[in-house]
Amino acid sequence: MKHLLSTQDLSLDEIVALLETADHMAEINSRAVAKVPALRGRTVASVFFEDSTRTRLSFESAAKRLSADTMTFSASTSSVNKGESLRDTIETLSAMGVDAFVVRHKSSGVPLAITQWTNASVINAGDGWHQHPTQALLDAYTITRSFGEKESMNGRSVAIVGDIKHSRVARSNIDLFTRLGAQVVLVAPPTLLPDDVDSLGVSTCSSIDDVVGSVDVLYMLRMQRERMDSELIPSLGEYSARFALTSQRAQQLSTHSLLMHPGPMNRGVEMVVDPSELPGSRILQQVANGISVRMAVLFTILGGGATATLQQGADS
Amino acid sequence: MIHSSLVFRGGTVVNPTGSEIADVRVVNGVIDAVGSLLDGDTVIDVTGSFVSSGFVDLHTHLREPGREEAETIETGSRAAALGGYTAVVAMPNTDPCQDSVMVVRFVRERGEAVGLCEVLPSGCITMGRNGTQLVPYAALAAEGVHLFTDDGNGVQDPLIMRRALEYCAPLGVTLAQHCEVARLTEGAVMHEGSCCSSMGVPGWPSIAEELMLHRDIELVRLTGAPMHFLHLSTQGSVELVRRAKADGLPVTAEVTPHHLALHDELLLGFDPIFKVNPPLRTATDIAALKAGLLDGTIDAVATDHAPHAAHTKEQPLDIAPPGMLGLETALAVLNTAVDIEPRRIAEVLSWNPARIAGVADRQGRPIAVGEPANIAVWDTTSVWKISKDDLASRSTNTPYHGMEVRGRVHHTMFRGQLVVQEGKALK
Repeated sequence: MKHLLSTQDLSLDEIVALLETADHMAEINSRAVAKVPALRGRTVASVFFEDSTRTRLSFESAAKRLSADTMTFSASTSSVNKGESLRDTIETLSAMGVDAFVVRHKSSGVPLAITQWTNASVINAGDGWHQHPTQALLDAYTITRSFGEKESMNGRSVAIVGDIKHSRVARSNIDLFTRLGAQVVLVAPPTLLPDDVDSLGVSTCSSIDDVVGSVDVLYMLRMQRERMDSELIPSLGEYSARFALTSQRAQQLSTHSLLMHPGPMNRGVEMVVDPSELPGSRILQQVANGISVRMAVLFTILGGGATATLQQGADS
Repeated sequence: MIHSSLVFRGGTVVNPTGSEIADVRVVNGVIDAVGSLLDGDTVIDVTGSFVSSGFVDLHTHLREPGREEAETIETGSRAAALGGYTAVVAMPNTDPCQDSVMVVRFVRERGEAVGLCEVLPSGCITMGRNGTQLVPYAALAAEGVHLFTDDGNGVQDPLIMRRALEYCAPLGVTLAQHCEVARLTEGAVMHEGSCCSSMGVPGWPSIAEELMLHRDIELVRLTGAPMHFLHLSTQGSVELVRRAKADGLPVTAEVTPHHLALHDELLLGFDPIFKVNPPLRTATDIAALKAGLLDGTIDAVATDHAPHAAHTKEQPLDIAPPGMLGLETALAVLNTAVDIEPRRIAEVLSWNPARIAGVADRQGRPIAVGEPANIAVWDTTSVWKISKDDLASRSTNTPYHGMEVRGRVHHTMFRGQLVVQEGKALK
């Protein structure tokens, strides 16, 4: 694998292999010294044109636990503010010797565009409303491992609730979850559903109350204030009344059901209940798994993917 | 004074009244004889090619004044001549824009000085293309402006459009609308449909074009003033124009070669080279546009030639400007995309646009004795590969790079001067 730009680039075998590699990484992360030399001498540059703390830190932690060198480029402190073009930025950083770019950009398609201007690998850390493949992988990892599965989500039902239309997380998850065999239902008002919803192999529902008692996974998305300003919903209050997870609704979740959220949460908007009080919440587990999954991605792309080499660090 | 004569020998002369194999002799800027076995000082063998009036582009962005890094009146005129054009309507979204006598005079005079084709400045419908204040139509019409448009922006305010139509009716000029309800296309990058949704980019819905078109057809019905509709792109638009014409309304419409040849799936690779406004649509729309072009609903093929400097197209898809080159490839792309007769090619590339542009007294004329020698010589069979490196335009943003096409312009004569010979510009 040279790049990871979209979940759609991954075959089912590659997805399963990445999740298995993440198991190895989780084992490493459980050690007293959570570090292996697998990517020593390789350089990973996180290039973030859009603010993101958690994804950037997750990738940088993943790179460091594999002993890669890391560089950070963030648009707010960089030459981008002086009008440097995207192409010049990437070519400049490439000239410094980068093996992999981890890219976040508010415009869809930028990670793909960047592959034209560098020989390094490119990993999409979120582009516009388009894709966030490592989020989908870590979510699939969290779900499969929570249910004791290795290779599939067969028969599992997942409700994704919220602003699907403008969500790269939803786009990636719908693709990955359905291909792993899950039944996905999208819960949102029609203004927040994607235009091609009929071709996605999912069902839709305009009431969270219709699904909350029956799904295996309740996946809540962040609701952004600007959606109200662009006439997509009448008010956050009305949205919250219809689609938020309240304690009343949380009580209807099955005992085995998982609650997930990609973060950051909007408490009082989509989350009116404190998730830490819910036994099914996997929200912090998602964050922890994120590091293992990103280690797996970096290792597969930069380390050749032979997991035997990961055992080296076990002796130290 | 003795003038030299030039003969195009052995071609098929394409006229509204019919086609025939004949020699065409030009002397002193005028067609001097059409017949067989004509002789002249210079004889060019055009056997196997068609000889028609030069093409007229209703929709060219020459970028000068203001964006000379993308195109100039000179480089754009050369691209036009290479495409078989002897006249182009220069779109008004220059900087400063063409809302004053001074700017339209500059564009016209610069075109005359270059001398590769007739540059016909259009005028804005509103000052600064802001949609709020009418331009001095009569003063601009006195400068020879015939088409008025805010191209790039649709005129949003129905009151402004109504008043413009009413005011212009007695002036003998034509308003040309860019049909786009702006509130429905905020941030739009490409056709709203399944591709755009899977790519996670904002969509440009067909209804945004059709609503504006419908409104303006009704305003034409109300005012009786003529209107031309630019670069129509949807199945619904074709149907609206078809019905308006059936009702006898004075409307005309154009389609671009790219809306006939290219579809929205080309954007799946996020390449801004395929970003254009209105956007590339679907196979259904393309089929409707072709049918409309062949049955006469759509009057003209116009390029919407829109040069952009390379660095501006190296931006993310949502930020890169819309637009693509078209002048040098129009005939070939049209002929390749559409199963179209040579006579209809001449009609939609020359005769009809000349009439819509208000220059039918000198462009789009029959190939006949006494007519001005604005001539294109072209075929529909030469196969060649388009390369961005071979274009005369100052920009290289052609969506057809590497595409094999059929049909080629060989010679272009402007006012009796050979400006393109064997596909090469002579100046």
